Amino acid sequence: MMGLFQSLFTKTFAHGIHPPTSKGQTHQLPIRRMPFSDLITVPLSQHFGAPSKPLVHKGQEVVRGEPIAEADGFMSVPMHAPVTGVVVGVELTPTAKGPKTEAIIIKTHPSASQKVMYGSEYDWQNANAEDLIHEIQNTGMVGLGGAGFPSHVKMQVPEDHQIDTLVINGCECEPYLTTDHRLMLEMTDSLLLGIRIALKICGAKKAIIGIEDNKMDAVAAIRERLDKSDPISVGVVKTKYPQGSEKLLITALLGREVPSGGLPFQVGVVVNNVATLAQLGELIPERQGLIERVVTIAGPGVAKPGNYMVPLGTPLRFALEHAGYFGDASRLVLGGPMMGNTAASLDVPITKPVSGILVLEPTESNSEQQKIYPCIHCSHCLEACPVNLNPSQLGRLAAKREYEVMASQYHLNDCFECGSCSYVCPSNIPLVQYFRIAKSVNRERSS
Amino acid sequence: MNQPLVEIRTSPHIHSSPTVAQIMRNVTYALMPLVAFAVFQFGISALALIVTVVTATLLTESLFAKLSGRENTIFDSSAAITGLLLALTLPPGFPLWMGAVAGFIAIALGKTLFGGIGFNLFNPALIGRAFVQAAFPVAITTWSPAFAPGRFVEFIPSTLTMPLMRPADLTPWIEKINASAGNAVDAFSGATPLAAWKFDGIATDSMDLLTGMVTGSSGETSALLILLCGGYLVLRKMMNWRIPATVLAGAFITALLLFLFDSEAYPDPLFVLFSGGLMLGAIFMASDMVGSPVTPLGVLIYGLLIGFFTVIIRTFGGLPEGVMYAILLGNALTPLIESVTQPRVYGDKQKKGNSA
Repeated sequence: MMGLFQSLFTKTFAHGIHPPTSKGQTHQLPIRRMPFSDLITVPLSQHFGAPSKPLVHKGQEVVRGEPIAEADGFMSVPMHAPVTGVVVGVELTPTAKGPKTEAIIIKTHPSASQKVMYGSEYDWQNANAEDLIHEIQNTGMVGLGGAGFPSHVKMQVPEDHQIDTLVINGCECEPYLTTDHRLMLEMTDSLLLGIRIALKICGAKKAIIGIEDNKMDAVAAIRERLDKSDPISVGVVKTKYPQGSEKLLITALLGREVPSGGLPFQVGVVVNNVATLAQLGELIPERQGLIERVVTIAGPGVAKPGNYMVPLGTPLRFALEHAGYFGDASRLVLGGPMMGNTAASLDVPITKPVSGILVLEPTESNSEQQKIYPCIHCSHCLEACPVNLNPSQLGRLAAKREYEVMASQYHLNDCFECGSCSYVCPSNIPLVQYFRIAKSVNRERSS
Repeated sequence: MNQPLVEIRTSPHIHSSPTVAQIMRNVTYALMPLVAFAVFQFGISALALIVTVVTATLLTESLFAKLSGRENTIFDSSAAITGLLLALTLPPGFPLWMGAVAGFIAIALGKTLFGGIGFNLFNPALIGRAFVQAAFPVAITTWSPAFAPGRFVEFIPSTLTMPLMRPADLTPWIEKINASAGNAVDAFSGATPLAAWKFDGIATDSMDLLTGMVTGSSGETSALLILLCGGYLVLRKMMNWRIPATVLAGAFITALLLFLFDSEAYPDPLFVLFSGGLMLGAIFMASDMVGSPVTPLGVLIYGLLIGFFTVIIRTFGGLPEGVMYAILLGNALTPLIESVTQPRVYGDKQKKGNSA
């Protein structure tokens, strides 16, 4: 009864869905290091923006942590060698998304150490915001929550805007994923350090860590380290998908609504993921680069699910074998089951935005569960849509290919493809898939 | 490790139940107690009528699936629901051949013509009923007594009317039943509670209306049972409870205003809620998802309008009952209601209606 009473007052956003969280498989498993695979493939485009420019050539020896590619302009980041070894090629390789992109391939040195050989001490406390942004770019950091947007760009606040609050996203609302949960428990000090660095850059007076109420152990671990005068606090939000969408988290914590098509700085907020800031808290004081990340490997198709610290560029095949993948026919999802993409091949590397690898059972075709019916106007999708769209109407328009009407009259471009509408649709209409097609057709037509 | 078969799909990779077929199946389950009560109350005539109408809707659905070369859709249960609902709105002694005609029209005109499940503008069962209301005005207002002795062994005389023939007059049969009951007070007059009120100014006890100890269409007599069956669907999240709630609220408010205006001329609002087809219509027909709006504000307007129209037609129209036309009117207004009640999108500067 007390729980019910409390949940009435827990902050959240309107609508949304409650998929099974499926986190029991891994949420209690501490982060373990994954060994190096023989070959490490570092794609030059793992982020949003211009691909990095290689600094190394075939045959060159590199040490773990050494920069191997530089940023191509402000909207780009450098890359660092995840292992000590020798560059065996700079060539086109397949990626999870499909098209081949250029990548640096490193053959791991047989006795390569986990120790990072590169870096120098950095007195961040006496640095100014501009220097810190430069240092963040040098780490190669991008949003580790899945977006892959360069972190230094995100922290650069336009001059005519004031930031009053830094929001840190620890919701991890996607089912199965437990990396942020483990990070908050095991890298708490690094996380708080990262938050202090970010506070210094954006000039905000306070920071709120938004955490869903199914991770109260993480809430307690963080609160233990904070006293009352600390500008950092924890805001508990309801466990609901997609609570981790940055705009909806802002609404839940602060009651502000980010304008349609706008960005959080327009309401005085900068949002960063806990994984991003925890890593920055480790890297900035040492002036090191991003060479590894925590990945949840889970799902019914693996024998040893867990949270692994994976060197970036590790082939999917190697990571899955390490986690006891049976090798059966399955769906391999990179990221969470609501917004992640399926991997087309096992020969693609793990990149910066990959927060999870899920091995799900293949879908049963021709079953009643899969059959697509016409829309029966049940309105479940309207009740699920977190941004209050009318997916039913949009779906009917998409079926008629009226893509422009969808955008001009029914706010198609406010859809951020969380998948809640497709999830609840009893007719199995692939709504969010329709909307992606509509958006890309509209983009092509307007260009 | 060999390259396994990996499936490529776009997100989301998980999906919730229930599916359309599951929802439809559960609606048929929810209607079963009403069917059982109708048979208990009116005997084999009601059973024969329900079986005939459902068979007609299923056959019509199959026929049109075959004619149009589409997949046969009778297994999604939606045609069966149409048949069940239609049968439950007909008088228990309704001639079987007329019931079959109603079933055919419901699916042919009400559903298939619009493109099948999901595309019909109107509730198909009510299209079927509106058709027979116009075609057979006498038969559809001929009521037979509830709990007639011998209802499980003999048909109501009008039930077995030959196709295209006029049904037999029920008066001699009813007189016989009244005579055998030997109780002049409870003698059956051939009027439903609504007709008794409208034409003779006699009010029926609310408790009898709630439990179904009255006459009327096969499945509309017990308001309580209908509420319970609807409650099952709401609990299973297979029905939008807001629609029945707003329909009933609309009817109650309208009736209350009239009652407060003149309590002699207008019936008690509770009588309005529990009599006639309002409960069945509100819970099982107005709530039919296909013909109702999807927007939250739209649902509110739609429900209140249906409730309002029902009472207005009952009170000021020529017929004692108005639920059917009220719902059809609501269905007709749905596209318009939807177009003016689009929800305000997150982050949209434009507040409802007024442009920035």
